[in-house]
Amino acid sequence: MRNEQYELNCNLAQMLKGGVIMDVTTPEQAKIAEDAGACAVMALERIPADIRAAGGVSRMSDPGMIRGIQEAVSIPVMAKCRIGHIAEARILEAIEIDYIDESEVLSPADDIYHVDKRAFKVPFVCGARDLGEALRRINEGAAMIRTKGEPGTGDVVQAVRHMRKMTQEIRRVANMAEDELYEAAKQLQVPFDLLQYVHENGKLPVVNFAAGGVATPADAALMMLLGAEGVFVGSGIFKSGDPAKRAAAIVKAVTNYQDYGMLAELSCGLGEAMVGINPAEIKIIMEERGI
Amino acid sequence: MRIAVLALQGDFAEHEAVFHRLGIPTCQLRQKSDLELDFDALVLPGGESTVQGKLLRELEMFERVRSLIKEGLPVMATCAGSILLAEQLLDDPTVHLGTMGITVRRNAYGRQLSSFHTVGDFAGIKDVPMSFIRAPQIESCTSDVEILAGYNGQITAARQENQLAMTFHPELGTDCRIAEYFLSEML
Repeated sequence: MRNEQYELNCNLAQMLKGGVIMDVTTPEQAKIAEDAGACAVMALERIPADIRAAGGVSRMSDPGMIRGIQEAVSIPVMAKCRIGHIAEARILEAIEIDYIDESEVLSPADDIYHVDKRAFKVPFVCGARDLGEALRRINEGAAMIRTKGEPGTGDVVQAVRHMRKMTQEIRRVANMAEDELYEAAKQLQVPFDLLQYVHENGKLPVVNFAAGGVATPADAALMMLLGAEGVFVGSGIFKSGDPAKRAAAIVKAVTNYQDYGMLAELSCGLGEAMVGINPAEIKIIMEERGI
Repeated sequence: MRIAVLALQGDFAEHEAVFHRLGIPTCQLRQKSDLELDFDALVLPGGESTVQGKLLRELEMFERVRSLIKEGLPVMATCAGSILLAEQLLDDPTVHLGTMGITVRRNAYGRQLSSFHTVGDFAGIKDVPMSFIRAPQIESCTSDVEILAGYNGQITAARQENQLAMTFHPELGTDCRIAEYFLSEML
């Protein structure tokens, strides 16, 4: 499994740690994100909040638009393909994207199978709500994991729930007796060798970021306190009053998530946060896609 | 003895793990007040140089770090770290710390699909594993810079007195020999 290319792909995620990956829809936004200290950008036509508002089917973004963003910045550029959409993934690989997010934010193209990510040279990040989902995605070849959260809501509750669940399950597996791992692998529906890694190392075999509903520096710090190795911010930045200032504040909050005095300063005068919607009020629950 | 690792963004934990395997304690530099800690050497980790350079300035750590290096503090820089040390970047007017006589090209090999792994010699140490992740390249250096490693005719590791810069990541994997070199030859 851990061949050389896969190792290099896991390594790139390691270089992103302690950083913030921001959703952007134009080269101008990408530049704002880079200048604000994003460690990577996610290029997409519509941010999750607008995908919700628009409804209908949401697909991979125009590769021409993604290229424009690749040319605008020097940091890594990621882009999303639909769950199970092998062809969209191949197209993104062909334009030399740095990371593909096989994402529940887009409409799933396959309601049973995910992309066989081991068949690709390009790295993949996938969403997960718990340890089982995370290890199934890693088994398929994901080189990085993020919590699903509930994208486009500005409500951090689901990301918190997913990160808590993941770390609780990791602690439980780490404390198991060796001979209990076989049954745990069966229950979690995951391969034994990956579970054994978690048991021995007390962590996922790949980098784990938080995503879905992060809207403020305090939200980002919360996710770091709960064990995230970095943060994705989607709608939270460019749906807010002062994107550049908010983006820069979230970057600093991730680095100094335990300095509460600094977090207080960073939280001052950021203008309007995204309005946000409560997951109980929404019709499409994206986190239930691709489990 | 204690090694400080710049922990603003990137793979600082991997660097710390290498020193911990060698039994050397480390501390993290995340903000200005951390620079008051006692440490004997500094590590600039891999990551995104744009992020690290920006945070160094905005968290008001830049001047102190720069003067510590100029005063002779041993520093080991990998990948993004070598971009921070470079006195000049190609095709980019930015200069970060600018303390080392090297000229560096960012993302010299291209995007992630061009990242690669190889094995090479480093300052007489044989068969060191070297991973290049969206790596920069040292294009040229001043005459007082010693070249320690190369790949296909390009400079991948260089030393100028107290400063060691590498475009690959010795902190990934389990080979600790470059950290041992740093400790024995530069401290």
